[in-house]
Amino acid sequence: MKIAVCIKRVPDMDVRFKIAPSGKAVDETGLKFDISDFDGYAVEAALQIKEKLNAGEVTVISLGPDVVQEILRKAMSMGADRAVQLKADAVPADSFAIASALAAELKDGGYDLIMFGRMSIDTAHGATGAIVAEQLGLPVVNAISKLEFDGRTAKMRRELEGAYELVECALPAVVTIDEGIARPRYPSLKGIMAAKKKPLETKPAALPASRLALDAMALPPERAAGKIIGEGAAVVPELVRLLKEEAKVL
Amino acid sequence: MTTNVLAFAETRGGDLRRAALEAVAAARVIADARGGAVHAILFGAPGIGQHAARLGAHGADAVLVVEHAAFAQNNPEAVVATIAARMGGYGAFVCAASATGKDLAPRVAAKAGVPVASDATAMTVSGGAITVTHPGYTGKILQTLTLTATPAVVSVRPGAFLPKEQAKAGTVETVAPAGDPASSRVKVTETAAGNAAKLDLGEAPVIVSGGRGLKEAANFKLVEDLAAAFGNAAVGATRAVTDDGWRPHSDQIGQTGRLVSPDLYIACGISGAIQHLAGMRTSKTIVAINKDKEAPIFKIADYGIVGDVLEILPVLTAEVRKAKAQ
Ligand SMILES: Cc1cc2nc3c(=O)[nH]c(=O)nc-3n(C[C@H](O)[C@H](O)[C@H](O)COP(=O)(O)OP(=O)(O)OC[C@H]3O[C@@H](n4cnc5c(N)ncnc54)[C@H](O)[C@@H]3O)c2cc1C
Ligand SMILES: Nc1ncnc2c1ncn2[C@@H]1O[C@H](COP(=O)(O)O)[C@@H](O)[C@H]1O
Repeated sequence: MKIAVCIKRVPDMDVRFKIAPSGKAVDETGLKFDISDFDGYAVEAALQIKEKLNAGEVTVISLGPDVVQEILRKAMSMGADRAVQLKADAVPADSFAIASALAAELKDGGYDLIMFGRMSIDTAHGATGAIVAEQLGLPVVNAISKLEFDGRTAKMRRELEGAYELVECALPAVVTIDEGIARPRYPSLKGIMAAKKKPLETKPAALPASRLALDAMALPPERAAGKIIGEGAAVVPELVRLLKEEAKVL
Repeated sequence: MTTNVLAFAETRGGDLRRAALEAVAAARVIADARGGAVHAILFGAPGIGQHAARLGAHGADAVLVVEHAAFAQNNPEAVVATIAARMGGYGAFVCAASATGKDLAPRVAAKAGVPVASDATAMTVSGGAITVTHPGYTGKILQTLTLTATPAVVSVRPGAFLPKEQAKAGTVETVAPAGDPASSRVKVTETAAGNAAKLDLGEAPVIVSGGRGLKEAANFKLVEDLAAAFGNAAVGATRAVTDDGWRPHSDQIGQTGRLVSPDLYIACGISGAIQHLAGMRTSKTIVAINKDKEAPIFKIADYGIVGDVLEILPVLTAEVRKAKAQ
């Protein structure tokens, strides 16, 4: 099976972010970067499929400036066979633009399965994979937490709010990967050495103009002083009402 | 530019979901700013049209009913094709950023050749442009994004646009699906209730966290039950608890554990030591349950309940289940 996995380079989230003076970016001073979480699960899932079938090839693709080569090398040290960097000075905020450039690269690749993360952990649109699929005319199943094959049929599970769906689809197809499917492995020393000799191709990204503009970034407001709404289980319905109507989190 | 807005009326198992009414409420914001109408589109097996009146009562000027046996299960390909075939008549498409809506929005956008603004928590309309607030970076950064393409495709965060009773005509129009819904390449073979897959603390919109107030490891079942009722929740813990081995170290939240920033953080039997607060104080909404009304956690909790967590949790779980089922 020929598999492509699209991976994005994102900062580690376990930090307190600062906004850069432009007001449109995070201050990258001191930040560590890695493969976006769901994309890491996708790489692992792809490698497990290849290992199980004992055949096939896994290509990893990332759009961005030269620093994305670090995550492409990392994916190859985990076991991916080859990598493609779609070179762009910056990664746009518009998933449609990113998807168009990825689709142009994927179009003639002859892939049986194209994998994405459910969403990138920084810009968090959850749109790129589905847009690529529509542009390529391929079926897509979003946010899957399980993936098995019965010949050329993929059998998947999607988590819904408090429920799940079982979904089937024939290959070739696009899938986006949710948590739960596979924990990414750590690259072994042998893997890291082998990755140095694997092919990493760089091409210009065919990015169309962005039509989703990033106007500003801001930190969420500081919190106000708390309040106690009452005592004992009797106030639970009132709590649920507040969560629903005031905090709007339910 | 046409000023009408199409809203996706999400259903599950033949019932209208709250997400449908939220999509209509958000669509009203755009339509009212532009002087247009809201059309809600409702897919389902024959009979689904019975929900049209409720959509009209909540702000839909018209309800497009698409009935077909192959819509008894979610059928995203046929839904997207049918919506896409009609998008020429609309200035915008709105759905809830639920699991179903997040799947549809980018596909509708792609078919229309436009970008999508996902998971909006607020929205302003000025002429041709729609500007949304979109939380990113695990909720730690709010992004302001402007969509300049038409139609504008927007998914709205559940709970951000509340359903509102505002009676409109709700005129029913029967619409034929585009193509044959029975021949979709992607087939949903089953929809079942289940315990949602374990979410990572960094990604979960809701975290239910337990401290020493739970008394013993076995009582974390109550915390897990509440998390399962939310369906999109992860379980966290204090260091007191991970040190005692009640929970794995990876669940620890705080200065020496994970830094989290969910939409909702529920602290159960947690005192609120500074080192714990360091890891969760940027959560959007904080709920604390503690038997000691002087516990420091109440200083930062938006909503506090004083009482026995072992008694309160099962009641809260039942109430959340009820609210989610709506
Ligand atoms: C260098 C350092 C780093 C640390 N890092 C972390 C960290 O990363 N994360 C972290 O969490 N801690 C950390 N700590 C530990 C921290 O100081 C606290 O000791 C710890 O957070 C307390 O956990 P707790 O709230 O579960 O327990 P306690 O402080 O024992 O609080 C239990 C609470 O439960 C309430 N309670 C008891 N019974 C009930 C009941 N039946 N119903 C309702 N409420 C009840 C009590 O009123 C009390 O408020 C660190 C400490 C140090 C020194
Ligand atoms: N710059 C990029 N390079 C490669 N893949 C990307 C890039 N941006 C997004 N993706 C892929 O698209 C998925 C969804 O991204 P998003 O739509 O931004 O949430 C990610 O999980 C990646 O798999």
